[in-house]
Amino acid sequence: MNPQIAMLVIGRLGVALVTLLIVSAVVFAATEMLPGDIVEILLGQAATPEAVAGLREAMHLDEPSVLRYWRWIIGLLSGDLGTSYANDLPIAEMIGDRLTNTLRLAAVTGGVAVPLALTLGITTAMFRGSTYDRVVTTCVVSVISVPEFMIATLAVLVFAVWLNWLPALSFSSGTPGWGEMLRIFAMPVITLCCVITAQMIRMTRAAVIETLRMPYIEMALLKGASRWRIVMRHALPNAIGPIVNAVALSLSYLLGGVIIVETIFNYPGVAKLMVDAVATRDLPLIQSCAMVFCIGYLVLITLADILAIVSNPRLRK
Amino acid sequence: MAMSFSSLRLLGYRINVVAILASLFILFWAAMALFGTSFAPHSPGKVVDFDYYGPISAEFPLGTDYLGRDILSRILMGASYTVGISLAAVCLACASGVALGMAAAVTGGWIDVVLSRFLDALSSIPSKLFGLVMVAAIGSSTPVLILVLAVIYTPGSYRFARALAVNINTMDFVAVARARGEGTFYLITQEILPNIAGPVLADMGLRFVFIVLLLSGLSFLGLGVQPPYADWGSLVKENIGALAFGAPAVIAPCIAIASLTISVNLLIDNLPTKIRDRSA
Repeated sequence: MNPQIAMLVIGRLGVALVTLLIVSAVVFAATEMLPGDIVEILLGQAATPEAVAGLREAMHLDEPSVLRYWRWIIGLLSGDLGTSYANDLPIAEMIGDRLTNTLRLAAVTGGVAVPLALTLGITTAMFRGSTYDRVVTTCVVSVISVPEFMIATLAVLVFAVWLNWLPALSFSSGTPGWGEMLRIFAMPVITLCCVITAQMIRMTRAAVIETLRMPYIEMALLKGASRWRIVMRHALPNAIGPIVNAVALSLSYLLGGVIIVETIFNYPGVAKLMVDAVATRDLPLIQSCAMVFCIGYLVLITLADILAIVSNPRLRK
Repeated sequence: MAMSFSSLRLLGYRINVVAILASLFILFWAAMALFGTSFAPHSPGKVVDFDYYGPISAEFPLGTDYLGRDILSRILMGASYTVGISLAAVCLACASGVALGMAAAVTGGWIDVVLSRFLDALSSIPSKLFGLVMVAAIGSSTPVLILVLAVIYTPGSYRFARALAVNINTMDFVAVARARGEGTFYLITQEILPNIAGPVLADMGLRFVFIVLLLSGLSFLGLGVQPPYADWGSLVKENIGALAFGAPAVIAPCIAIASLTISVNLLIDNLPTKIRDRSA
């Protein structure tokens, strides 16, 4: 790796850190805007002024918000996420198991969606303008244009209600076998795949088409190379950067999808936890979940950028 | 280059038909958002059927919902919420985003750097998550929803407008105007804006679709438009129980959302390249 690439990558990581700091400030500030006093909400109407003041002090609410923000950040860095308002459990514990579930869902989805999307994206770019391309592109535009919950609803309607193949809810109790596991995962994964694949196909197709416009492709065409050879030998190696970038970016769409999908299928993941926390206005829990998601999102975006930098042939020595 | 040209011309006729159909759909929903409630066969809040999740019939063209209310009337009421809130939010987001973007491009310097960095950071919070946090913090009412949606989509609009404006800013006519001693406001409104208006409007259409999707998503989670009012997302949420029966109550609002968003997307995809993408 040459020093120029190293500098760019380090710069990008620095930007990601600064961004994370701003994001944490925004998340903290948003939860500061809550109207009314959280202590009075917690203690109810019958609370005495002494009790309110006592709890305020115990929760450090009497300190200026900058100081509390500082405390919160230090806590996050040392792995102390605070305790939930709603059930007084340590948040790190609540998130721990849920995070594994969400990551498992994401991994399975990624494993299915990425190969599928790459195949479709590259072939549609190769046969641009054909009926096959038009059918796929139309499907992609339709999927992108509808809300995620609609795809989930359709999936339930088709697979659970009409065909009766799969259960409409997913809950893993105990240690299910492989078959059971497959049935539980199927519906959320199908839904998420639709969302992710559509984005990925669109970006991959655009990246390959962009490469196919280059003069050296025209040269290969004039030379008499076959379509396969042009794409595999000349276009793909040059399009890998943009394609990998597209994959990482589309995976970040998982986050939006996962919030809806976990809610609909009652999947015990972090997103479901967060939606429930919003319903009970459990602020520390919301803050922590939000940070978990933002970190995941930032990691993917930063990864996309870094891969784009590293794979840029102009920077290669 | 030659290849894409011929394929465009070959498809010229087809493309226009799609665009016209899409515009008809959009006009239809715009009209329904404005005057829909006066066409409604029943009062949207009134229980009119003894049965719930009723099928399609002459009296209830799209069936009835979980309380026996007329779905068609409720969808017509939902149109004004979905379209109205989204339109207000997209106007707010694009107006502020484009104004800031042009200002940043014209003034440059530290204002540009600070603004860009901050808005980039804001856009790296996933939109649905940001919506959840904001709604959790300040509650859910129509003005709050409009504001939150506008804040979420301002950074994207800013980035887009800034990229376009930076290109225009290097043109000779801007340099001439500057040499004449024109102020920033004049440069932005008279020199830059007319030259980026086309792509900005197309971008606004795309952003409108994103906002409709996000609003429906929030409403579906129960955090958007609150009862007794309902937008299309809330209609799907209310009637999700109809899924097991395959009743029209849950399918009809889905189709309403899809017809609006797909039409806008198709219309923008089929706009002449000249309007859609000035930078190309």
